[in-house]
Formats: sequence, structure tokens, C-alpha cells
Amino acid sequence: MSEAESSRVSEALVECRDLTYAYTRGGQKLVVLDHLDLTVQKGDFTALMGPSGSGKTTLLNLIAGLDRPVSGEVRVLGVPLGTLNSTALAEWRASHVGFVFQFYNLLPGLSAVANVELPLLLTSLTRKQRRRHAETALQIVGIEDRAAHKPSALSGGQQQRVAIARAIVTDPTLLVCDEPTGDLDRETATGVLSLLQSLNREMGKTIIMVTHDPQAAEYADSVVHLDKGALIGAAA
Amino acid sequence: MTWLSLVRTGLWRKPTRTVLTTLSLTVAFVLFMLLRALTAAFTGGTSVPGVQRLLVDAKYAMTDNLPLAAVQSVREMPGVAGATQMSWFGGYYQDPAHAFAKAPVDQTQYFRVFPELVIADDVLARFQASRRAVVVPVAMADEYGWRTGDLIPIVGDIWPKSDGSWDWEFEVAGTYEVPPGSVLQPWFLLRYDYFNESVADWARNEVGWVVARLDDGVDPKVVVDAIDGRFENSSDPTRSLSEDEWSRQFANQLGDIGLIATLILGAVFFTMLLLTANVAALAFRERVPELAVMKALGFRDGTAAVVVLAEALALCLMGVVGGVAIGFGLEMPLNAQLAPVVGRFQMSWLDAGLAVAIAGGLGLAIGLPPAVAAKRLSIVRALREIS
Repeated sequence: MSEAESSRVSEALVECRDLTYAYTRGGQKLVVLDHLDLTVQKGDFTALMGPSGSGKTTLLNLIAGLDRPVSGEVRVLGVPLGTLNSTALAEWRASHVGFVFQFYNLLPGLSAVANVELPLLLTSLTRKQRRRHAETALQIVGIEDRAAHKPSALSGGQQQRVAIARAIVTDPTLLVCDEPTGDLDRETATGVLSLLQSLNREMGKTIIMVTHDPQAAEYADSVVHLDKGALIGAAA
Repeated sequence: MTWLSLVRTGLWRKPTRTVLTTLSLTVAFVLFMLLRALTAAFTGGTSVPGVQRLLVDAKYAMTDNLPLAAVQSVREMPGVAGATQMSWFGGYYQDPAHAFAKAPVDQTQYFRVFPELVIADDVLARFQASRRAVVVPVAMADEYGWRTGDLIPIVGDIWPKSDGSWDWEFEVAGTYEVPPGSVLQPWFLLRYDYFNESVADWARNEVGWVVARLDDGVDPKVVVDAIDGRFENSSDPTRSLSEDEWSRQFANQLGDIGLIATLILGAVFFTMLLLTANVAALAFRERVPELAVMKALGFRDGTAAVVVLAEALALCLMGVVGGVAIGFGLEMPLNAQLAPVVGRFQMSWLDAGLAVAIAGGLGLAIGLPPAVAAKRLSIVRALREIS
């Protein structure tokens, strides 16, 4: 059993307890997550699957500290996120979470390397150290030769690799990926998924990935299915 | 990648829009600098340290004349060190566009009353020796290519000669220098005695106003009261003012220059506020996804707001730097054109500081609403809109 695999068994990274999320629209209360319990072990690569409106992205947002539940609790590395104010939550995200979005969401005016450096502005690293870290991250995702290019000069797959480099540059505990291959062709998607898998297996990154794509889910160690805000089973 | 480059990137997201907005702001601040300088030229004082002067004018209208005899009366007042008469001569040289300021003066008194003007002894001697002599500022002589001994024809438009003609002719006795930084007007100076003997009968023995230099340490108010009291019950009552006050009142006869300038600048900057605020709002709407991502990555609410505010301030700063620089760049050519009319036309560093302060206020006014919106931006809602 590898070190990553043993830590998976021994330590829960994400714990969701009795999690409920709802909002009101047109006078009607819509329940998105309904008393949901979920545990993700450190070092896991978990896929969240389910039909549109099942609450996948909402669950991901709650785990990543982007939103707050109506009731229930989210703990990540033992920290109850509900106790953090918005400033502390932002600092927590900066230190512990890396984000990968479906549409990459790179800043169009910045070069690839500058986009990767962006989260490092919030650290105490010097300018040179920030640049070195960003170049290393680009090397890890295999796109260091495009460091100076603006996002508009990169393909979708290349942009997503830059986004992944941005997600890992601060060496976060957790990577949250919302449909990371949703905007890519199959071949490119395979490359991105392989990259995520290697980050999980070789660097021990815990990854939670929302996806519609069963083939993408195959790269994960475990798959969690949601429907109407509730878990309907987990498959390893 | 630095915080500065992050702000710069946001600012230059749409280069054409940024350039056009900056140019608009630059033009506004050029206008600000010019109008402030013009206002200062019209309303500013003309006095220099150590020299106190009074201007004695007709009490009821500056277009009324005083009798020549008043000049001697002023000269004899206690506390008066010297006095010269002056009149607005008008007319032009060769072309109506060459309408510089000309005045008949007392050739023995003028440079004693205005000791800060620099004139060589031999030039002054020639000026005092020949009745048709004139002395001109160096800059004026250079502009028109006049040399000592040249005959200068002037076509009159106020004062006809006694023979009915309007053609006056003067001989250049030399030049005098208006020291750099002085606000004194560069006059074309002709001799009053020649003017008085040549002008039509109806205009003889009258002067436009009298300039008196006071003895050191004399209280100007005492002399003002003495002069005006001397003429109070005469047919030509006077109104005496310090040189600074006279300049301000002269300017106010053209209208309240300061108020006019303030109204124009108010309208300009209100328009700029609306225009730039609209641009800032548009830029913010376009940047909502980027700001949401930055906040997701861990940028605090306040940090996102500061970035947005810094962009607005940087935009206004670029505008004001350009405006102030161009304003100072225009100082020399405009001074050459306007100095004969309004005295010294010069930009002020105080006004430059005021412009920067206005730019800061403008930046805050246009940057605060989007900054607050950035602070309040819901990451989840913004990210949902992207997808």
C-alpha cells in the first residue's frame, strides 16, 4: 500500500454532515441538498456524478468554501468552514483549495505564467520566488513552453492545463474540479484527466471532480452519485 | 507578476477604450490648467516685493480720462516717490492683428516708477532725447525685427492726429527687458509729450490714468485717501487703488473670470464624471467573471475592491499627468501670445497639485461604486453566470 493510499484510509479530509442547501425562487423553496452526509478521505480522487440540478456543483461549492449551507456542517482537515468569516474563508481557500473550472477562467490579459502566479500574490513569496513556483507548476502540467502566451493564443486543452497549474501552484490540500473536461474534445479531455490522475497518484493531491461524463469518472478512485440533492450510492 | 501589473492588466483590458478615456481626461485637465492660468493672469497681483504702486483712475469709469494737471498733483503728494501718466493708445502695426499694448508715458518718470524693468542708460538717454522715440520690450523687438533707429508706423484707431490723419510714426530708441517671472505687461512706450502735441485738439492734456510709486514704508491707504480726498470735489474725482487691486477690478470688468472659469470647469468635470463612470461600470460588468475567479482563488472581498478602485484611480492619474504635462508644455507659446493682453500667463504647481487632487476625487467617485460591487460580488452567482 502506497503512502497516499494508507493516508486515504486513515484520515478524512472532507466531512459533510447533515448538509442542507436550499433557496427560494418565486415564493417557492427549492431544496438543492437534503441532509447529505459525505466523507472524502485524504488522497482520494472522487467523482461527483448526477443529472443536471442534482446538486453536484452546489456540493462542490460548499466543500470549497465558496458558499454556506442552510444547515449542517462541512469540515475540511478538521476545520468547520461555517465558523470562518468571509475574510478567514478567503484566506483558507487561498491556502488549501485549488480550483479547476469548466471554462478555465484564466484572466485574458495575463500570460499563462502570470495567470499561474496570480494566487501566489496572496503569499509572502518574493517576485522571483513566485515566478519560479509558477514555472515549476507549468512544467508539471507539461506546458512550460507556452508560458509567455496569453490565453487567447492557447487551445482549450492548453488553457485547462494552465488552469490546473494555477490550481496546484500553492500546493493546496484539495483540488476541486467542476466539469474540467466539459469543454474539451475526447482526446484533449483524456490528457487532462490523465494529468489529474497523476497529480492524485504521484503528488497525493485529494481531488473532487464534478462530471457528467462516465468516461471521465473512470479516472477517479470512487464515484459518488447524486440525485435530487441526496446521495444514491457510491462506487469504487 | 505584481499587484501593479495586475492593475495595469485590468486597465488595459480594452486598450482603445482606455486610450480614449484617458485622452478625454487629459483634455479636461489641459482645460483646467489653462483656465486656472488665465484666471490667475486676470485676477492675480502685479506687485513685486519692495515696490508699492498706486493706480489713480477716474472715479466713475475707467474709460474716463483725467486732466494732465492731475499727474503733477499726484507727484507732489507726500509719500509719492514718482508718478507717470499712461493712456491706452490702441492702433496697430502694419496689420490689425499686430495690436500689442501701447501707451504714452512720461519718459523721465516711467522707469523710476517701474524700477524692476531693465533699460540701458544709453537707451533711456535716447528715449528722453528724441520726442518721437519709443522703447519696446526685447521680445516685441525680436518678434517684429525692429532695430534701434527703425521707424515704426502705427495706424491709430482711438487718437487721430491734429492734421486729421491716423498715421503715427515713431523711432525705436532701443529695448528694455521685462525680467523673467514678472507679471508686468510688456508695453510699447511712446512719449506723452510728443503724443500730446500731435494728437487732435479735443484729446489734448488728458491722461488715461496715473501710476504712482510710493516711498518705502509708506502706508498706501494714507496716500490713497490723500489723493482721492484732493480730487473729491473737483470736476475729475479719482479712485486710487493698489496695483494688485486695480488688476483684479480691471479683470472683473470683463466679468467674474473666476466664476466663469469655475462654471466651465464644473461642467467639464461633471461630464467627465458621467462619461468615465459609465466606462468604469461597463468595464466592471465585463470583469465580473475575472473578479469572481480571483475571489474564489482566495482574494479577499476588500482586496478585490481595492484592485477595482486602483484601476479607476490609475486611469484618472494617467489623465491628469497628461493634462498637466501638456499644460506646462503650452505655457511658453501661450505666454508669448497672451502676455501682451493679460500679463504673464503661467502654469502653477499649486494648480497642478489641485488637478491631481481633483483626479483623485474623480477616481474615487467613479471607482467606488464598482469597488463596492466587487466587494459584494457573490462568487457562486458570478461563476454560475459564466457556465
